[in-house]
Amino acid sequence: MTGKEHEELEKEYTVLTYADYEAGIKEGKLLGLRCATCDKITCHPMPVCQWCGGRMLERTELSGEGELETFTVIRVPSEGFEDDTPYIPCLVKTKEGPSVVGRLDYDTERATQDLLGKRVKMSGAYTYKGDKFSGGAHTCPVFGVIE
Amino acid sequence: MRDVAIIGIGHTKFGRASKTSLELFSEAALQAVDDAGVDLKDIEALFQGAALPGFEEGQVMPAGFSAAELNLDPIPATRFEGACASASVAIRDAALWVGAGEYDIVLAGGVEKALMMGTPFATRTFAMSCHAPTEGPAGLTFPGVFAMAARRYAKNYDMPLDTLREKMASVSVKNHRHGALNPLAQFYKKLSDLKVEDVVNSRMVADPLTLLDCCPFSDGASALVLCPAEEARKYTDEPIYVLGTGQGSGGPLSKMEDLTKPVSRISSAKAAFKHAKLSPKDIDVVEAHDCFTIAELIALECMGFFDWGEAAEATAEGQTDLGGKIPVNMSGGLIGKGHPIGATGASQVYWIVKQMRGEAPKGNQIDPVPEYGMTDTLGGDFGTLCHIILGRGKRE
Repeated sequence: MTGKEHEELEKEYTVLTYADYEAGIKEGKLLGLRCATCDKITCHPMPVCQWCGGRMLERTELSGEGELETFTVIRVPSEGFEDDTPYIPCLVKTKEGPSVVGRLDYDTERATQDLLGKRVKMSGAYTYKGDKFSGGAHTCPVFGVIE
Repeated sequence: MRDVAIIGIGHTKFGRASKTSLELFSEAALQAVDDAGVDLKDIEALFQGAALPGFEEGQVMPAGFSAAELNLDPIPATRFEGACASASVAIRDAALWVGAGEYDIVLAGGVEKALMMGTPFATRTFAMSCHAPTEGPAGLTFPGVFAMAARRYAKNYDMPLDTLREKMASVSVKNHRHGALNPLAQFYKKLSDLKVEDVVNSRMVADPLTLLDCCPFSDGASALVLCPAEEARKYTDEPIYVLGTGQGSGGPLSKMEDLTKPVSRISSAKAAFKHAKLSPKDIDVVEAHDCFTIAELIALECMGFFDWGEAAEATAEGQTDLGGKIPVNMSGGLIGKGHPIGATGASQVYWIVKQMRGEAPKGNQIDPVPEYGMTDTLGGDFGTLCHIILGRGKRE
């Protein structure tokens, strides 16, 4: 085997792994990738830019701030989420551009349509312990409403 | 490419089944073969949709066993999985392979046994077609995804959420009314006289969607026999032609520009129209993927039957019912007929064919019989989309 072929075998295609992304959330950091081609931010991480497909990416940290795009209050959960119920999954458009799915830390009885468009900020992490099918535990960001 | 026709159709009763998936699919397949007047020995390949058989019966590779169950082995038999669009992508591929000249007579369809899983585990397995890394820990469910889309719909069009809830409820009222007339539907003779307030006031599942905004979990199977268009009249006086198909893919919710305007659905529908050389104004009947009431509204706008934000009011006015601008889900749809997810796309095609033969149940049949019909099938949270356009006449 020539040196070049060996180098290709060793080539790393993933600039920010999902495990590193989740570890960042647990430390209160929302990590992402900046594209050298279009200068936009990708988050959660992908092997290519989510906007232009560019492959020259470098790690960056997002502010964790954004706007609440939408949410729901889950009353009938999946198996494994009974103890959390009711709870609020949400979609947040970050200041930097990409949207992120997470949980909203808010009183479920007071969560009404007027929350849409409110400013939110990442306030913590939620880790689901996982089940037989989830490939282990997974973590998502938790957002709080800036009143 | 050769043009392709549907010459035989089969459909089990939807609801709770005591039979196995293999038995259910075999029943639908034998109905379709008998309807076509072909012999089982004539089938050259099997294209089978099945979304979650591993979780339902501990069965992976169901297509091979289905072929064997009908003594069709060793022909090629392949499972297609696109969550709730599994059967539609199976039928699309079947049509493409027949069109390409690889096979002459094939069997395509799908099967599912979801009801026996029970609500908590079924909800868990259905949520597997959400994006597992990001949407998994957030605890998103399928009703949850469409609840989020409904809130966004109200916000986009500056509509009070309660107003949207009432208009969404009219989808459930319509589809249950037609489902109650369909002897193969899960809710046959049930919920025929729902009121908007019944839907709005039923149990909250994922705010703002209630139980009656949602389709049920179901067991069932449906199957079709396809052949080249030029051969079709050897078998039947009423072949129904596959005029166009489209398929599209989407990603995680967080990568979507707008939950109410999924690009996967828009591009799939456009591809089908382009293939068929038709436009929405040509279509006389639609079977749309009403997994939730809001989903039917989003589907109709993406396909181009209504402008953005107008499907809600149009539905409340009756424009999607018999005698309206475009009758939608005259079979009862997923909400009234049931949603055995791997079978749904084949069931949608079955009911369009029934409409075109003038054989839909009384009260559901469009008069005069429709010339052109279209199916819309959605898998996951806009992850797999498929559209099929059918006609009573060959492609021009």
